[in-house]
Amino acid sequence: MTTRIGVVTFPGTLDDRDSLRAVRLAGAEPVSLWHRDKDLKQVDAVVLAGGFSYGDYLRAGAISRFSPVMETVIDQARAGLPVLGICNGFQILTESHLLPGAMLRNNHLHFICRDQKLRVENAETAWTADYETGQEISVPLKNIDGRYVADERVLDELEAEGRVAFRYLDGNPNGSLRDIAGITNAEGNVVGLMPHPEHAVEPLIGTGRTDGLAFFTSVIKKLVTA
Amino acid sequence: MSLDTVKHAADTPDTGQPWAELGLKEDEYARIREILGRRPTGAELAMYSVMWSEHCSYKSSKVHLRQFGEKVPENDAMLVGIGENAGVVDVGQGYAVTFKVESHNHPSYIEPYQGAATGIGGIVRDILAMGARPVAVVDPLRFGAADHPDTRRVLPGVVAGIGGYGNCLGLPNIGGEVVFDPCYQGNPLVNAGCIGVMKHEDIHLAQASGLGNKVILYGARTGGDGIGGVSVLASETFDETGPAKRPAVQVGDPFQEKLLIECTLEIFREKLVAGIQDLGGAGLSCATSELASAGSGGMRVDLDTVPLRDATLSPEEILMSESQERMCAIVEPEKVGRFLEICEKWDVIATVIGEVTEGERLEIFWHGEQIVDVPPRTVAHEGPVYERPYARPEWQDALQADDAGKLPRPESSAELREQVLKLVASPNQASKAWITDQYDRFVQGNTVLAMPEDAGMVRIDEKTNLGVAMATDGNGRYAKLDPYAGAQLALAESYRNVAASGARPLAISNCLNFGSPEDPDVMWQFAEATRGLADGCFALGTPVTGGNVSLYNQTGDVAIHPTPVVAVLGVIDDVTRRTPIAFAEEGQLLYLLGDTREEFGGSAWSQVVHDHLGGLPPAVDLDREKLLGEILIAASRDGMIDAAHDLSDGGLIQAVVESCLRGGKGARLIVPDGLDAFTFLFSESAGRAVVSVPRSEELRFTDMCGARGLPATRIGVVDGEEVELQGEFSLPLGELSTAHEGTIPALLV
Repeated sequence: MTTRIGVVTFPGTLDDRDSLRAVRLAGAEPVSLWHRDKDLKQVDAVVLAGGFSYGDYLRAGAISRFSPVMETVIDQARAGLPVLGICNGFQILTESHLLPGAMLRNNHLHFICRDQKLRVENAETAWTADYETGQEISVPLKNIDGRYVADERVLDELEAEGRVAFRYLDGNPNGSLRDIAGITNAEGNVVGLMPHPEHAVEPLIGTGRTDGLAFFTSVIKKLVTA
Repeated sequence: MSLDTVKHAADTPDTGQPWAELGLKEDEYARIREILGRRPTGAELAMYSVMWSEHCSYKSSKVHLRQFGEKVPENDAMLVGIGENAGVVDVGQGYAVTFKVESHNHPSYIEPYQGAATGIGGIVRDILAMGARPVAVVDPLRFGAADHPDTRRVLPGVVAGIGGYGNCLGLPNIGGEVVFDPCYQGNPLVNAGCIGVMKHEDIHLAQASGLGNKVILYGARTGGDGIGGVSVLASETFDETGPAKRPAVQVGDPFQEKLLIECTLEIFREKLVAGIQDLGGAGLSCATSELASAGSGGMRVDLDTVPLRDATLSPEEILMSESQERMCAIVEPEKVGRFLEICEKWDVIATVIGEVTEGERLEIFWHGEQIVDVPPRTVAHEGPVYERPYARPEWQDALQADDAGKLPRPESSAELREQVLKLVASPNQASKAWITDQYDRFVQGNTVLAMPEDAGMVRIDEKTNLGVAMATDGNGRYAKLDPYAGAQLALAESYRNVAASGARPLAISNCLNFGSPEDPDVMWQFAEATRGLADGCFALGTPVTGGNVSLYNQTGDVAIHPTPVVAVLGVIDDVTRRTPIAFAEEGQLLYLLGDTREEFGGSAWSQVVHDHLGGLPPAVDLDREKLLGEILIAASRDGMIDAAHDLSDGGLIQAVVESCLRGGKGARLIVPDGLDAFTFLFSESAGRAVVSVPRSEELRFTDMCGARGLPATRIGVVDGEEVELQGEFSLPLGELSTAHEGTIPALLV
């Protein structure tokens, strides 16, 4: 049976088609999910894609978090459903309290779009198992509200539990505390990061690298062997 | 004030009307009275005044623009030509591409963020209205001197506006230009281009046909922003003592636009519209009169049904409002239900505001009382046409006689080296990454090439790898020296950039930015530039699909340089064959294609080193451009070159430095026989490119060039970590990148 991975479209989601493509290229069946539907169509994993859901009005991710689809996503994530939040999806995960911390405006106050080097700090989550811990990868980064913050106690806890999943290399692009680019929950099924692995899945397109594909192959392998 | 109905207008012929305040001339007002056989109502006057403004009616430029429709080259690709929201060309495999460039110059000077943002919004809706999914945007920008205090106000706002709006729409920004020149002080040029893709059968046109069909206004509510923006902003030259005009600039909501895009595409997929038009300049006045005049019948609109943001708006204001993110569709009655359902799904407000009627009148009602009764063509298409007087400026001869060839040249190797560094660090030649990194170039996952490449390129079919490329170019300095040649050089550069990326140039769009048409000098520049462009397009076989004219770009008596910006669209059958600019492979051979002459008029060198503008621009040879293009495309398709970079402003050395920095590799160069080092490095002769050839392909490549008669001169090799000109100087990549990449952040951060 083919693994089914859902990608949620909120009003203002931009990278949903890209994420669906990445899922397909990784070998799973992409399934479109709609923000007004509580039904997750029996998918095996969910991607919350990047963009500006609800225009980022009020605060990035703050309105999406209350959409019908998120009620089910939050429940099922707590029950172990693999969920990946990319960029705006990461912001929605923190607003939903599936992941700790918050994203503030970049410290230089500008939108930044560039190829970003990362170090994989935890290769044991549902979305990173196909990487090696310590592996350096390069994927596009593009956001204006990308500065990860949390209080010292939370940061220490994340570090102690190995829950910092990705760290920025070669220069912190936005002032994120402790160079954090992405984190995981304690169980390893919910992962959020600001950079965009779904934009790095084909040679020639975007940065011309495929460093992001392993996110999607990781979760497929995990689901097949589970 | 009581309602000025049609009946009231007929009964009170002598009532004074503010036609002059609305920008109409006395004879124009007289013509409106003649057309209607009575005085216009307030609402009619509002409609005529915006639609007959320079911006909407092209009244000064029309007589010259006709050439684009008359000098049409043989070209099978054209599916929809000039006159629609945007032209459409066939790119093969059943796909059609629509593209267009527009200006948002005046609003962007007054309110940089919103001016630039709504410029993107407007061009994207134009493309959408043709039935296409927008797939990429580009932004040709021009500002005053880089170190002028006002540039620090205007530029960051414009860039943030383009990013803030465009990034939120999910459209990759894949190209454009940033140029600085004191002539744009007070008149920055903010042009925006968009590319859209559709299947042939999905082309939609702006027309209202079919008796009883409903007129649906959907998208944002109508507010008081941008009222009269078109006529007031685009038709009056800035007066330094004038009142602040801020309220005339529209305010954008990119989130609403994103919903409008997705909603409209779903409506297209279900084939629910008979005609469609976006609301841009002149708002409902424009949309209703254009839809009605293109259709077979008349139209009735009940204006009081328009959803408002501000309930106190008068009917005249509603007709003139340029509130953003609105579209107008003509829908068969049985499809209205489904249409409204899709709008509801996307949280887009949609309202039936009228219907297509018998007869040939556009009739607008306000709570049951008739306030407009006009023949729509007289509003939309039969506005005034002016044969503005023009004459070659008295100063033109003296300007051309001031030959840049007489400027002092570097006398030593050290001076040559110093001037190279100065050139690549100058604001116009420096890296624009600080700006372009604020735009999302990756979204949609189809971007093959984006700035700083010669052309932007996106894949449009994932299975076949079909792609399209676009470049925009314009050089106001060349055009000032010779507007006819300058327009052709803009065309040639854009054509060359597209070919250098490996794509075949198909068609063009343009954005013609000039000063006041009431100045005979400016009108001569305009006449010369349009003639040059039309002749050039005919020679290159690339028809003009549409475009935009922006006049009155001047403060007091001082006009901007004539600045025709040309966007060339190309097609590439297989994007994996694209050619990037980066020199990335050590040992590859560098070949200079084309002829290098002592041509420095209008050059970057003359500006950077001598602050000089004079002489003649480089000679134009469009046959040569065509041949160069064919060679670049063939070499890309057959794998004979790994990199190519067109030569334009800054000459060979600028191109080599950019390609080396992009690839992280150095180059060793040798001055070819018959040239001196200075001319070799800085000449801006047109029709040239530099290519990087794998050694295994050298013979095949040079044979091809020889057989086709294109001069190809071996000038060096990709090697090391320096750019070295043998016997003259060497420049480490680190020093070059500091110079090239440090300038813009230092000026703007």
